[in-house]
Amino acid sequence: MLYLRQVWTVAGKDLRSELRTKESLNAAISFAIVILVLFSFAVDPSADQIKEISGGLLWLVFAFAGALILNRSFARELGNDCLDALVSSPIPGSALFLGKALGNFVLLTIVELVSLPIFGVLYNTQWARQLWMLMTILLLTTWGVTVIGTMFSALTVNLRLRELMLPTLIYPMMIPALMSAMRLTTLLIAGEPIPAGDEIWIRLLIGFDIIFTALAVGLVEVVLVG
Amino acid sequence: MSAVAVEGIWKYYGDYPALRNIEFSVREGQCLALLGRNGAGKTTLLRIMAGLLRPQRGEIRILDKDSRHPQTRASIGVIGHGIGVYDELSALENLLLFGRLYGLNDPHAAAMEWLRRTSLDNVAGSLVREFSRGMRQRLAVARAFLHNPSLLLLDEPFTSLDDRAIALLQSLMQSALERGATVIMSTHQLREAMQLATYVALLVRGKLIFHGERPAEMLQDPTWLYRTYGES
Repeated sequence: MLYLRQVWTVAGKDLRSELRTKESLNAAISFAIVILVLFSFAVDPSADQIKEISGGLLWLVFAFAGALILNRSFARELGNDCLDALVSSPIPGSALFLGKALGNFVLLTIVELVSLPIFGVLYNTQWARQLWMLMTILLLTTWGVTVIGTMFSALTVNLRLRELMLPTLIYPMMIPALMSAMRLTTLLIAGEPIPAGDEIWIRLLIGFDIIFTALAVGLVEVVLVG
Repeated sequence: MSAVAVEGIWKYYGDYPALRNIEFSVREGQCLALLGRNGAGKTTLLRIMAGLLRPQRGEIRILDKDSRHPQTRASIGVIGHGIGVYDELSALENLLLFGRLYGLNDPHAAAMEWLRRTSLDNVAGSLVREFSRGMRQRLAVARAFLHNPSLLLLDEPFTSLDDRAIALLQSLMQSALERGATVIMSTHQLREAMQLATYVALLVRGKLIFHGERPAEMLQDPTWLYRTYGES
């Protein structure tokens, strides 16, 4: 119980700080909207082509916008040496990690929920026909992206080129989750249910989330204590 | 029982040995001043004690437990070079955060008590980014003392404090010592440190040159130890 309270305390602190300054949230939402608007000039919104690329487009936007949020996750602890205060407190490293991952998950989900209706308007798409399944895929993938991003945010926090290093390191790791999400999102935005043959992609997403969460929780103490 | 037992600590930064076979112990209730010139290894040693760094060799036992044990960390209060509080949160929110992380029964009461003791109760709801440097330092002191730690690790605690804040910190340290807490502080401000420290340790380029009761000569001449054992 204390563990869960500590996780929530860290997540609550991160969300409160971010919602007060809106440093990375504004940047990520603006970035997502700009990419969606610019890309809408390149394709004909009425074409079938959009149905085929919708999943890929959305997840590239979410992944790049997510990097803006994930970059700040541990970097915001550097001011006033707050990371030292957290690491020297009795909170387990895994609770600190899960709290930060939960905060990032909420922020990235907000970016996605703002972007989806804008995508629907710009690309003339009824994206919500498989709403619940789409939300499930969205949340499963967002957790996977967040876990990897938060772990590498901790790893790169003391690097001078962390803004460059983080995306370079996380995108290759995210490939299995993004592949699954792109494939499934394309189907769901087209209004089609997921065929039985494609359920393997959902299992892959769930497995990805479990494996990387377990790895991150197990290794984060080594990362945090130099 | 030893509050802190430092056993053969070696720490390298690359090939450079920042700490070389450091070995000493501090009994419960003692106040130890960790002295040395810049780069002597004081901060590195304090960071290892606080569980923020791992040594390459050796071990530190705090209250007979590993320094990374959650129970150990719950009994340590740390003031490092940074103040360790969040600019975008209020003074009260900062102390509530750490009160919850330390598992205090009533974090709000503890936070308000320490805001009062550090004369910050009238700005409890103000954001830390609006605070003066002295107020931020006092909040850092409140954060470190919030959970009544039995071991205080203070790295240059008097730096950038005015005379009033130094007196406040000294009185808080004195109260902590009176209730049986152990204090280990690194400092260059020898006069302030000698008012509390009963034991001293001198580090010179990563080596422990002296460790023991504060020599009587240091009361008259705080630099006596440097001139006798270290670099003048």
